[in-house]
Amino acid sequence: MAGSPLKTVTLCYYAAFREAAGVREEPWSSGARTAAELYAEIAARRGFRFDRSTLKVAVNDQVVSWETAVTDGDTVVFLAPFAGG
Amino acid sequence: MSVDGFSLSDRPLDATAVSALSSSMASSHAGALVTFEGRVRDTNDGRTVIGLEYDAYPALCLTEGQAVIDEATARPGVLGARCVHRVGNLAVGDVAVWIGVIGGHREEAFAACRYVIDEVKRRVPIWKKERYADGTSGWIGADGSGRAAPGRPTRSPGHG
Repeated sequence: MAGSPLKTVTLCYYAAFREAAGVREEPWSSGARTAAELYAEIAARRGFRFDRSTLKVAVNDQVVSWETAVTDGDTVVFLAPFAGG
Repeated sequence: MSVDGFSLSDRPLDATAVSALSSSMASSHAGALVTFEGRVRDTNDGRTVIGLEYDAYPALCLTEGQAVIDEATARPGVLGARCVHRVGNLAVGDVAVWIGVIGGHREEAFAACRYVIDEVKRRVPIWKKERYADGTSGWIGADGSGRAAPGRPTRSPGHG
């Protein structure tokens, strides 16, 4: 993550992520450039064991690609496979 | 006049609520009202289910759910569509999701109702945690399998 300026994002957790993280929301300071880098960093720190190929990511309430750049002030949500209905 | 839209509810969709929803789907042009209720079943994947919890990501649920409703109501012959999905704790037999579609004739109303439930399940960010009779519980699909993640005792929160 070297070479990318530090930014602070808000992580919101739902369902299995909420349970794994133990909180609904937290600020996170990171040098990650993309959503994928951010997820790898958080998963390592938090010990998440989700298979990333099954997950999606939303930035500022829109589902985006994992290569989307993360910027200061973003709200980021990791989405496990949906199970409504 | 009917009310279109997608919403989340933390209140039970009991007989009174469901009746009010059906009554809201009114149009003098409608020859058919098709409704679907998804209910909490007492078994899944061979295990005895005693209840469940739905968690939802509200902002994205409302935009994606509304998109599904808009697509349904854009279909020829469809006059209105509405979907309410529960969040929170539910017991076996409770209504988890209610869908109503009105159309000029039954065929388009049946097809659009089917479209709404299929797309809501596929696209709307809602998650389900099942509680089992053996004291364990798990979020469905959290390990990517479509089944409950390995059960863990309900009273000792997992770490990671």
